[in-house]
Amino acid sequence: MKKNDFKLIAVIAALALAAFAGISLYSARTTREGEAVVYFDGDEQGRYPLNQDISVEIPSEDGNYNRLQIKDGKANITEASCPDKICVKHRPVQSQGESLVCLPNKVVVEIENGMGLEVDGSTN
Amino acid sequence: MAKKAAYMGMMTALAFVLSYLETLIPINLGVPGVKLGLANLVVIVALEMMGVKEACTLSLVRVVLTSFTFGNPAGILYSFTGGAFSLLAMVGAKKLKLFSLAGISVLGGVSHNIGQLTAAMLVVENASLMYYLPVLVLSGTAAGVAVGALAAALVRHLKGFEQR
Repeated sequence: MKKNDFKLIAVIAALALAAFAGISLYSARTTREGEAVVYFDGDEQGRYPLNQDISVEIPSEDGNYNRLQIKDGKANITEASCPDKICVKHRPVQSQGESLVCLPNKVVVEIENGMGLEVDGSTN
Repeated sequence: MAKKAAYMGMMTALAFVLSYLETLIPINLGVPGVKLGLANLVVIVALEMMGVKEACTLSLVRVVLTSFTFGNPAGILYSFTGGAFSLLAMVGAKKLKLFSLAGISVLGGVSHNIGQLTAAMLVVENASLMYYLPVLVLSGTAAGVAVGALAAALVRHLKGFEQR
């Protein structure tokens, strides 16, 4: 091998590492954070990023409400006016497609772009 | 002429066998497309011992033969694009006279992978395959060094053989 060969290999390795760094940075910036999307009666009411801790009241018909809390990247309903409280008892959700549902109030909270589930995708 | 025909026949057979050998060696780095590229050995030797035209012919014949025999005919597009990129890079590198066979082989291996990835990106219309690029470039470099060293040894012996 000549000296030029080593130079070539060094340049290619450097380029590959630079490409790797660039792609990692790019994807870190463009990957959208997970969001909790709130629906009332099928209509979208709002979106709350999972990386910001908040507590909001989701109003529904006739003065009913659900309190959505986001904490540690998880969405949870901590309080509700509904009679059965199924949504309150539900464990906090954080993964793509998971949801919290309150049927009496017609409120659904769904996670979008959240953490992957056990199966992270498939192709054919 | 007869000697050239004999050489081409031998080279084709060798490329064919090496491609088969390659299917027996599973390399799994979690990224599709990582391979040794043993058949490129023959193309490099042809480029060095015979010429650009012969190397091109050999490469094309090899792609067609091996795609239909060992591979999926649908994969012929990838093989062809990879082969074309690789050949172009190696011919260019040889003309530059800057590198030894190892350098030429590295360029060939890396461009082969880039070519295949480009074809794959166009087919699935998904640019996210770019994530594979760094791994494929590095693995192409490593494979290129190995194949280049083999090719250099082969050329040395073949040249000694010719002089007798």
